[in-house]
Amino acid sequence: MAIAKVLGIETEYGITGGPDGDPITASSILVNAFARNGEINVNWDFGDESPANDARHMPLLTSVAPMIESHLANTVLTNGARFYVDHAHPEYSSPECRTPLSGLLYDRAGEDVLLHAVRLANASSLDSPPITVYKNNSDGKGNSYGTHENYLVKREIPFPEIVRAIAPHLLSRQVILGAGKVGYETEYFDDLSPRFQLAQRSEFFEELVGLETTLKRPIVNTRDEPHGDPERFRRLHVIIGDANMSEVATFVKLGSTALLLAVLEDRGVEVFPAMPKTPVRAVRAFGTDLTLRQGQESVDGRSRSAWDYQDELWTLAHRYVAGGDGAAVATEAELQLLLTQWREMLDGVRDNPESVADRVDWVAKLRLLNGFQNRHGLQEDDPRLRAIDIQYHDIRPDKSLARRAGLRTLLTPEAIGEAFHKPPTDTRAYFRGRCIDKYPKEIVAANWDSIIFDLGIDPLHRVPMMDPLKGTAELLGDLLDNAATAEELLRALGTL
Amino acid sequence: MTEQEHIQKTSTEKADEASSIELVANAAKNEQLKNDLDNLLDEIDEVLEDNAEEFVRNYVQKGGE
Repeated sequence: MAIAKVLGIETEYGITGGPDGDPITASSILVNAFARNGEINVNWDFGDESPANDARHMPLLTSVAPMIESHLANTVLTNGARFYVDHAHPEYSSPECRTPLSGLLYDRAGEDVLLHAVRLANASSLDSPPITVYKNNSDGKGNSYGTHENYLVKREIPFPEIVRAIAPHLLSRQVILGAGKVGYETEYFDDLSPRFQLAQRSEFFEELVGLETTLKRPIVNTRDEPHGDPERFRRLHVIIGDANMSEVATFVKLGSTALLLAVLEDRGVEVFPAMPKTPVRAVRAFGTDLTLRQGQESVDGRSRSAWDYQDELWTLAHRYVAGGDGAAVATEAELQLLLTQWREMLDGVRDNPESVADRVDWVAKLRLLNGFQNRHGLQEDDPRLRAIDIQYHDIRPDKSLARRAGLRTLLTPEAIGEAFHKPPTDTRAYFRGRCIDKYPKEIVAANWDSIIFDLGIDPLHRVPMMDPLKGTAELLGDLLDNAATAEELLRALGTL
Repeated sequence: MTEQEHIQKTSTEKADEASSIELVANAAKNEQLKNDLDNLLDEIDEVLEDNAEEFVRNYVQKGGE
């Protein structure tokens, strides 16, 4: 049986403005402004972080472990998320979510966290250029920053099978999930000079498998840091993907990937379509193929376009759900919404792109670009086209072009407002978020799989949370409601 | 005209009618999409960053992840 596909998205936002235009300072100002306003000042506990662990158990010489900059601003939110400075970007990591729709909700709440932080920061530092953030993945000048997804996978699935099963999806899903990009920014396309690419990130990938995230980026990342019981769980860390402005796209991104991982756990690796012979060439070629029909040779000798891959993978997922499976990912109703949207986007991009301009980010963006170019009779290299590309991702409602593009929504403003403050009820994020909300003064540090309390007496108390499905409202709601103090909570939990 | 022919003709007419309704609907939909796009482009003209060239040049990020 497939295990629950607990999931989440980490987004590094592009940032401009602030004192001296220094992005690290500006990012710190945002995180600190948000933390102070909420009077939350919970540190991140780095004790269990091991980003250098490699799922292949044989670190390659070309793989350098990512640096963790523990001195940078860092906070844990009452909705269970983490908001911090990563490298030179503000990053929001959503709490652990039980379904794709919940994952979308907390990703969307993250946009509001950033927006709120920007408003607080700009209101209190009037003498420096205002800070602005963008939910995108590259600056058009060769610098890329990530939007990473995480999925809980059974430890017993051998890693090579995960690579073999999921890589075709990760390199082809851009056909419906890419956020679109004007031009190109790596040397690979000097000859081709594409005017537009389906995805922001595709041209930055250089390996099929690897541990890196900043150099020689791999299509399948091997970081083996489960943030849970390592005997039972693996956390698949997906680094190839665009930040989506479209809610439907974010939902389908999480849902399709989670569902295919459940198919792998229940049906095995043999049911998946064959890998392209040259995966890196394929991911780049697919990204520049606006006809959506150019095939790449697969190891079984067939030629497949990105669209063909998605068609096969959709059929695989559809059959799995039709057979009564899929509870590991979502309810029956949510699965139906997922399969319907995935199918409509896929048929739409090929047969009638206009029909999915309300859901597919690259189609929505290209429609604006073409319309604007025609209206003003612009050359292809006019900077206004590149400005539209960047401003599509501006999260300020009065500036965002995505918000004006007529994108379909799946969430109510009320639901997003609640997710800004409150954690999901059905994962351990519930325990983390409630504790941060209720006992902020007694918590000295928290991370994904534990919280450390300081009661002012004796040693610090660490409460481990090694199972992402424990610590839910169902299991601990009453106990948290009834414990007026952290001490009462720890006594009730039996750790005192 | 035999009855058979009559039925055939009627159904052909119906099909023609149906397809013309569809065409009208599509035209209306296309008109709607065009209007939407026109309105959208008006808005972009209004909110797009003033000095696009400078805005684009100054949008420089450090690599992340």
